[in-house]
Amino acid sequence: MKFDIRDSARYEQFSRRTAIMGFGTASIFAGLASRMYFLQVIEGEQYRQMADDNRVNRRMVAPLRGRIFDRFGVELASNTQNLQVMLIAEDTNDINETLEDIAAVVPLSASRRQRIAREIKRKRKFVPVMIAENLTWEQFARINVRAPDLPGIVANIGDVRHYPFEGRLAHVLGYVARVSERDLQENDDPLLQLPGFRIGKSGLEKSLDLELRGSTGTSHVEVNAYGRVIRELDRKEGDAGRDLVLTLDMGLQNFIYDRLEGKSAAVVVMDVKNGDLLGLAATPAFDPNDFTRGLSQAKWDKLRTDDMDPLVNKTIAGQFAPGSTFKIISALAGLESGQIDPDHTVYCGGKMRLGNREFHCWKRHGHGAMNLRNAIKNSCNVYFFEMAKRLGISDYAEMGKRFGIGELHDIGIPGAREGLMPTGNWKQAFRDEAWVKGDTLNTSIGQGFLLVTPLHQAVMTARLASGGFAVKPRLIKSLGEMASELEAPESMGLTKKWVDLVREGMIAVVNEPGGTAFGKKLRGKGLSMAGKTGTVQVRRITREERAAGVTKNEDLPWRRRDHGWFVGFGPTEAPRYAISVLVEHGGGGSAAAAPIGRDVMREVLLRDPSSRPAYSPSLEASLASGPRSGREA
Amino acid sequence: MSFVYGQTGREVPFLQKLREINWLLILTVTAISLIGIAMLYSTSTTPVGPAGEPATRGSFDPWASRQLIRFGFGLVVLLAIGLVDIRLWMKLAYPAYGVALILLLAVEFYGVTGMGAQRWVELPVVGITLQPSEIMKIAMVLALARYIHGLGDGDISHLKSLAPAVVIIILPAVLVLRQPDLGTALLLLAGGFIILFLAGLSWRILGGVGVLGVVGAIIGWQFLQDYQKQRVLTFLDPESDPLGTGYHILQAKIAMGSGGVFGKGYLQGTQSQLNFLPEKHTDFIFTMLSEELGLMGGLFLLVLYLMILARGTSIALSSRNHFGRLVAMGVMATFLLYIVINTAMVMGLVPVVGVPLPLVSYGGTAMMTILFGLGLVMSVHIHRDIEIPVTSAGFW
Repeated sequence: MKFDIRDSARYEQFSRRTAIMGFGTASIFAGLASRMYFLQVIEGEQYRQMADDNRVNRRMVAPLRGRIFDRFGVELASNTQNLQVMLIAEDTNDINETLEDIAAVVPLSASRRQRIAREIKRKRKFVPVMIAENLTWEQFARINVRAPDLPGIVANIGDVRHYPFEGRLAHVLGYVARVSERDLQENDDPLLQLPGFRIGKSGLEKSLDLELRGSTGTSHVEVNAYGRVIRELDRKEGDAGRDLVLTLDMGLQNFIYDRLEGKSAAVVVMDVKNGDLLGLAATPAFDPNDFTRGLSQAKWDKLRTDDMDPLVNKTIAGQFAPGSTFKIISALAGLESGQIDPDHTVYCGGKMRLGNREFHCWKRHGHGAMNLRNAIKNSCNVYFFEMAKRLGISDYAEMGKRFGIGELHDIGIPGAREGLMPTGNWKQAFRDEAWVKGDTLNTSIGQGFLLVTPLHQAVMTARLASGGFAVKPRLIKSLGEMASELEAPESMGLTKKWVDLVREGMIAVVNEPGGTAFGKKLRGKGLSMAGKTGTVQVRRITREERAAGVTKNEDLPWRRRDHGWFVGFGPTEAPRYAISVLVEHGGGGSAAAAPIGRDVMREVLLRDPSSRPAYSPSLEASLASGPRSGREA
Repeated sequence: MSFVYGQTGREVPFLQKLREINWLLILTVTAISLIGIAMLYSTSTTPVGPAGEPATRGSFDPWASRQLIRFGFGLVVLLAIGLVDIRLWMKLAYPAYGVALILLLAVEFYGVTGMGAQRWVELPVVGITLQPSEIMKIAMVLALARYIHGLGDGDISHLKSLAPAVVIIILPAVLVLRQPDLGTALLLLAGGFIILFLAGLSWRILGGVGVLGVVGAIIGWQFLQDYQKQRVLTFLDPESDPLGTGYHILQAKIAMGSGGVFGKGYLQGTQSQLNFLPEKHTDFIFTMLSEELGLMGGLFLLVLYLMILARGTSIALSSRNHFGRLVAMGVMATFLLYIVINTAMVMGLVPVVGVPLPLVSYGGTAMMTILFGLGLVMSVHIHRDIEIPVTSAGFW
């Protein structure tokens, strides 16, 4: 630019410096532009990813837990609607006033209010806080009607595990409950982090938890910087847990529970041919729904301190001496050893000497002359003592093993015990004492160290009833699409003649006058039963007491009364069902257990569950329409 | 009509002033301000509530509408100032500087504390709250220009000539630093320094000041407030503290980077609409613009800024009086510093200091300062042919 100017020297210097500044400005702007290019073009993809990470939250969608059915499709564990009220703090006008309004419909205890207040404080203001769960329809409806006047109150329908048969399957199914801190440490499934999520804590719910749980669904939501959800971007439902079908017949199970009312007892009913467990009952029980909803301390303490151990699944975890029911195994041990002639008679005078010890028969004045069949029928101890004198403990142990004694029968429920089939080695190792002949005598009548569970007893009986096949118990019929395999049971290698003889003895027990369970005979077309009773002494009977006359069970405190056993099968001609009955501290097997055994067997035979068509979940699935949707938590 | 050499005492007729108004400058300023208002409209977003009420993306409330009113008012101020004779501004230079200095001192003693720093002062009679440091940005340019104009052929590099100029710069900078407001203090120092540079300060002194600046920065570090140190440290390594002080820088970079070439679309910026971006209506508005309008939008804004800078520079170069040249370039320097510091800050090139993006960021005071300054540039333009004798530059 050229123009006339008075201070041209100053102007020229100024314009030079201005030009320099112009260059500076241009380069700075170029620098800014290249930085923008760098951030937005070269590194743009990376920042786009980071922006998405900022705004998109992955949320889990809880899958529906697999349901559990009995063999005929009766629902044993279901997911029911859980009517809930939640509160969003930031939307309320006044939190306390709103809670008052809710309390008018759903009572809120002081401690509950405290917990709500704590949670509101801890969580961010737009996060819903659970006020009350498991409302009745009436409460839910009243809250819904009032909802427009109660800003911040959200009435929600979630789902919760429900056990319609309550305690009657408590020991089989177990229960689900809230996830504990320890569960979180041991298990890294992100589902467990969901508020209100529940996992299996006992029973099949625990052992099959992963299969029943299903897989997590995901939903992507857009959130703002404060974590508030703006909208859902997409959603993928999880796979519902697999449905479980059990071998149980719930009708039978109900009958058994009704029959056992008030007793501390256990009953196992098993299909002799395929091992299907049709009934599996232990009393007393507890209501698993209490655990799912959250058990009160008082209720928990009551369960824990109850003498009758309602928390113990006596069918698989209650170990007792088998008592005289073990004579089934003793008889076969003797017969198979070849050293016992079943027709040979032994005179029972009520007691027998071995060295300087006296071994007593349960019948004070003795049974007189006994052959094997009558010894079983009358449950004569002296006969079996005589037999034990000639046999070794290994004969009993070997036969006991064949019948599954001392073996863990895994039917899927955690906590099963294996019982104990004692041997010389075992005694040396665990008691540091040598095996003596007296031990063998005690073992032969099912006392001493022997331990079995009601399940062992049922398996033993089923194996005998099947004619000597190693039937294995089975509780899980199918899981999802998978049916559990049914393999034909292996032969136990017993001589048919001897098996038939023992079975005959058992038929006599129930059906012949003088049998220990005579009078429990089943009457009616096609109804018949064989059995064996057993009585387990809990206390030691002193010489003095024996002399004065043994105190009757009714006169003893509950804890010191005998355990009563009954095992049986029916129908007698073509055995299909085996049962075992234990009545803890119920008195002798004949009086306490056999009547229950008879009633249960009659019911089993009348229902005949094994010959009725079973439920097929795959067929059911093809009939059901539409996918089962999950719940978002 | 051309002006003849030596028309010292001439007055420019009012009508001619109106005709001389530089409409291109006004148009560019308006364009930038409207972009800013559009961004402020996009900023006002309410998210979806829990009940699912629809989101309202974009709103004139609360920022865009107010900014529009201020801009309208500011544009009138710009024109009014532009029409005032440049010689009057020169006469007012020292008194304005003096008043600004007194107000800064008033802040020191009676200031209203806001956001951890004393930056505001309430005028006792009128009841207006003022930010004297903003006034000083203009007043210092005027005072320096007047002083240098008065030097005539005297060499600014002589100690005798330089010392008063340095005092004019240092005095307000120190007072502002004590508020504490490091950003504005640096702006004042840098702005003053640029004016001295344009006035012909010798390269030797410029180099010396450069060395002094480095040494001063090292010593000055000791006197920084903790939060200021923290800002510098975080700037050096923002990812070290992504949820604390580094959060702003990181989120700004994410916002800008994710915008890409063409942006996510107006009202569609996730970083800004979902509130990940802090201070998006004030200091970080450029990141929001870059996120929604992309590299193209950002470059377009920078080009508009460059047009103003180029216009201002050509106005300075066409002025027949040194006062006017220095005022125009002084205002341009301040303008440039605002732009550069703000954009470099949000791009993670310099530490986070509270400097708004001129004409775009929400804020009345900053906008008034800029428009007032541009008004002076307009005045320089309109009165470019007026010569002002050196002698008239003495103290008033």
